[in-house]
Order: sequence, then structure tokens, then C-alpha cells
Amino acid sequence: MAELYYDLHIHSCLSPCGDDDMTPNNIVGMSVIKGLDVIAVTDHNSCKNCPAVMAAAKEYGILAIPGMEINTSEEVHAVCLFEELKAAMEFDAYVYERLIPFPNKEEVFGKQQIYDASDRVCGTVPNLLINASDISFEGLWELVRGYGGVMFPAHVDKMANSLIANLGFIPPDSQFVTAEVKDLGNLHRLKRENPYLERCRIISNSDAHYLEHIHEPELTLHVEEKSVGAVIEALLNGVAG
Amino acid sequence: MDGENREERQVTVKELMDKQIFHIVNVGEETDRQVTGVFCCDLLSIAMGRAPADGAWVTVMGNVNTIAVATLADVSCVIMAEGAVLDEVARAKAKEQGVTVLATEEPVFEAALKVHQEIHG
Repeated sequence: MAELYYDLHIHSCLSPCGDDDMTPNNIVGMSVIKGLDVIAVTDHNSCKNCPAVMAAAKEYGILAIPGMEINTSEEVHAVCLFEELKAAMEFDAYVYERLIPFPNKEEVFGKQQIYDASDRVCGTVPNLLINASDISFEGLWELVRGYGGVMFPAHVDKMANSLIANLGFIPPDSQFVTAEVKDLGNLHRLKRENPYLERCRIISNSDAHYLEHIHEPELTLHVEEKSVGAVIEALLNGVAG
Repeated sequence: MDGENREERQVTVKELMDKQIFHIVNVGEETDRQVTGVFCCDLLSIAMGRAPADGAWVTVMGNVNTIAVATLADVSCVIMAEGAVLDEVARAKAKEQGVTVLATEEPVFEAALKVHQEIHG
């Protein structure tokens, strides 16, 4: 059994709104300095910086989980984490085909840079990543499970791009068992208004777009062992785990 | 034919601000540009392709991407309805991109109607 300091929702410079300093090596390095045990880089609709993040994490000796923050057709943001990098990249290809094909304008939205393991830019993504995909929130759980991953709705207490704000309430036939809350001070009210959350493991991540916003080691995740598989398992089990 | 004879006034962003109908969140550049219509939508993926240039865009979406889409669509101003607020990053982006952002506690329809009445009398 282990208690892991975590931050499972961090953006890299691949997200147009992510700061240019959010390179894979910088993110991993900062997370190590802060003393986190496990991180996930989850760019908008893309996993294309995950290979570099995984390589850097291996070198620095920190646990990293390949992931993505998907934008559903309802513009609900949800974090998807995968046990295997290969599955994450297959999911990445699946999502990219289902994005509104709208070219990114760097001067308006920001750069969408792909980095290699040596922290060098090795490509850019042409279509705008912050756009909605045509993948509905309904069915997303099953879809992500098909890639051996787990999904949890992001920042459910936010007014923009959250499951509760965008859909009005949590669909009762939802299957997710972990939910991300931006401000844990909202938790009591959220649970009162959305009893569904009682059955969820509640986590809070930084959603960092700047290095300094990556979480301090304050919150922990209780897992069977220090491994990617055990973290995914914990998020799949919700409060039952 | 009441509608056809109705006088269409020229209303600039500055004039809209001076009416004090809305709170002012950010004063952008080019406040002398004319507001030519109103557009209401919260899904950015729709607003991105359909918000008309020079229109006033009424939304409750206070995300940083709202400002980016406003710049892209070249709307004359953004109006946050229902007491929705721009988050800190979005506010900084509005300042940086020179986008005028107004706000009101009124619902989306009422906010849009007020702009419409300013334009169409």
C-alpha cells in the first residue's frame, strides 16, 4: 500500500493555452523538485507530448501516466488516463480524426508544440486542439475503457467546460467513479446538489498551464502499490477502492 | 411596415459602455467601432465559426478561450450574462488582446435585447 502525492491534470506547451515553458522536461523536473510521486500531462484533445513526458519521467525517476483532457461534443472537459503509452497514442489518433478540422492560429490561441525526449521541438499540431470533438460525454467511459484507460470529469465545480455546468446535472446513468474538483471548499455543496458524487473518489489537480501552478505535495492518492496500473485501478474503483 | 421604417442607429462600443447598462470588465482597443448586431451562444465551437464580425457576443462562458474566439471572430465586444465572470487568465488575455468585455447579472436574452434596442431603437 502507498500514499502518492499526485497531480494528474497538467498541460504542456502542446495545449495552445499552455505556457511555452511547459516543456515535458520542465514539467517533470518541476514535479520532482516539488516532491510529487505521480503526474499526468493531459493536453487538450492530444497525447502527442506523452512520449517525451514518459521518457523524461523515467530518467527523473517519477511516475508519469499518459493522458489527455478531452473536449466532448458538449464542450465538457474530461481527463482520460491510460495504462499504456501505445493505447494513449491510439486514442490520440482516434480523437484527432473527430476534432472539428479548424486550423490553429498561433497568434490568437497560442502554439501547439510537440517536443522530443531531449526537449527539442519536433513538430506542431495543425488543427486547433481546444476545439470540441464530436465524441459525446455519453459513451466516453466505455470508449476510454476500450483503450484500457479511465476517465473522470474535470473541474466539475467550474462554470466553464464542466460536466455539471454544461449539462446542468450529472447524467444518472454515468459510469465514472472519480471526479475532479478544482476547489475542495466547494465539495460539501457539490455533494449536496449532486448526490451522484457520494459514490465518487474526489480528487483535485492543478490544471496547470504554467510551471509554478503545478501542485505542491499536499493531497495523496491511496493505492495498492506505486505503479501506473495501481493508480488507474484506484481511479476505476472510486470510493470502493 | 413598422420594422422597415424603424430608424437604425449607429452605436459604437464606447457609446454602449457610456449607457451604463453593463458593468465594464475590460476596455479594449477600437472602442469607436460600430456594434452591428448581437450574437448569443455558449458553445465556443459554434461561436468560432458563426459569431458575426462587429457583433456584440453574449455568453456565460468566461474561459480564456472565449477571448481567443472573440479575437478570431472579430466581434466588437463580449458581454458576460447571468453574472458569469471571466477567470483570471481570461481577464489577462482580454487585456492583452484588447478585447472589450462587459458584464451583467441579466439573463442572456435580456442582455442581448438591450443591445438590440440600442441599435434598432
